[in-house]
Amino acid sequence: MKQIYMDNNATTPVKPEVLEAMLPFFREQFGNPSSVHWAGRMVSGAVETAREQVAALINCSPAEVVFISCGSEGDNFAIKGTADALKEKGNHIITTTVEHPAILETCEHLEKNGYDVTYLKVDRDGMLDLTELEAAITDQTILISIMWANNETGNLFPIEEIGRIAKKYKVRFHTDAVQAVGKVPVDVQQANVDLAVISGHKIGAAKGVGAIYIRRGTRMTRFMHGGHQERNRRAGTHNVAGIVGLGVACELALKNLQKNYAYVRNLRDKLEAGIKELVPEIKLNGHPDADLRLPNTLNVSFAYIEGESLLLNFDMKGIAASSGSACTSGSLEPSHVMGAMCVDVVLAHSSTRFSLGANNTEADVDFVLQELPPMVQRLREMSPLYNREQPLTCDECRVVRRVSQ
Amino acid sequence: MYTDKVMDHFSNPRNVGEIENANGVGEVGNASCGDIMKIFLKVEDDIIKDVKFKTFGCGAAIATSSMVTEMALGKTIDEALVLTNQAVAEALDGLPPNKMHCSNLAADALHEAIKNYKETNV
Repeated sequence: MKQIYMDNNATTPVKPEVLEAMLPFFREQFGNPSSVHWAGRMVSGAVETAREQVAALINCSPAEVVFISCGSEGDNFAIKGTADALKEKGNHIITTTVEHPAILETCEHLEKNGYDVTYLKVDRDGMLDLTELEAAITDQTILISIMWANNETGNLFPIEEIGRIAKKYKVRFHTDAVQAVGKVPVDVQQANVDLAVISGHKIGAAKGVGAIYIRRGTRMTRFMHGGHQERNRRAGTHNVAGIVGLGVACELALKNLQKNYAYVRNLRDKLEAGIKELVPEIKLNGHPDADLRLPNTLNVSFAYIEGESLLLNFDMKGIAASSGSACTSGSLEPSHVMGAMCVDVVLAHSSTRFSLGANNTEADVDFVLQELPPMVQRLREMSPLYNREQPLTCDECRVVRRVSQ
Repeated sequence: MYTDKVMDHFSNPRNVGEIENANGVGEVGNASCGDIMKIFLKVEDDIIKDVKFKTFGCGAAIATSSMVTEMALGKTIDEALVLTNQAVAEALDGLPPNKMHCSNLAADALHEAIKNYKETNV
């Protein structure tokens, strides 16, 4: 059976060039880059080359790049490291209701420890009102943490404008750029970002490696204590092979950024137009203006059916996608992002995310468009909500995460 | 994640649909949990002569609905009333632990339909 992978926001296959670059560091180049001897010297240069490659992609100085194990570590470090380092200055953090759990749960943890957190609401298109951001800033505000792009909807937040606001009020600005890097230009200077997190496995590097950009002079309390690696920013023996792979993946991402944007966007737009044409009673989740979304992401709800059952049907045809239904989130609630956008709860359970990649082809999109309509129709025929005389309504706006105080 | 039996009942669900002149109808679940099951019964002489279902929900919800209709068909209503959600799950060779509470409601829907039959056919 042909396998069609449209879940690139979850993870991506390691690129062949990345794997090739990594392999010597599992064999002859096994040294610890912190060692002074030949084995250490053999690999320390490779870590620094990777640092330059990461820095080039996001436009910062290599000295501002710190290697970490994953995006979640970076978000934890950015928030907890700031909260502790600036605790004399204030105790207020501003974020949004649609962040990744690595941000939301870290903020909730801090709330239990004396910090105040404002969770900015989004509108039905999943966008922020920047006047609310500005109004939320107080003399106690020590951090604004807002994602560059949303993993579920692909919505791009106005990071440059947020950066301007942060600068105006002299508040530190962290962005979870995990989904944006490699898909759209990410320039930390232009956006006036102080902290930014990227994850290797979302851009064709291996799992278990990432990086955090820390603007020069940004005071942070260490998150991982131990050795003196990473200029004392982050302890732990370097994941040399992973770091080398991340560097190559960043170099490839920079080189192919425009080409891949156009290619993937074309496929996504074709899929989006096709679904709109072929399947009645659907809802696009995210901003209707495709320029305000990642080029690869399409999130759509199919009325009357539940997401997991659709994913299982996809899987039987070799199609990999993901869903915001409770059954796939591992909780009893559907996606908090759909909740924050006031998506009707039944539609939230059917939210289905296609996240394409440069490995997808037009034939993949055609196949999905051929298989999808009958699957949806079959599940609808089975649903007690379809053609119901008195439709179930969920007018109540349910926000799963707590909203701004 | 799912057993072969669950996948069988999910891909080829038995007794899907509605019964036009059903004399017992039961619905359980709620939209916020993501599972709604509706069972239609045709009962004659206290025997379930026909049973159909409609379900909004995940793979487990659809498979348990299908299985409960198979288990209930031909039984007396008293026999059907002792069918449990647990028995339905066991007949499917088990469900993932996180599905045992949220999506394992099919016997409840059947019991609701029988209750409705008893209330409306006295």
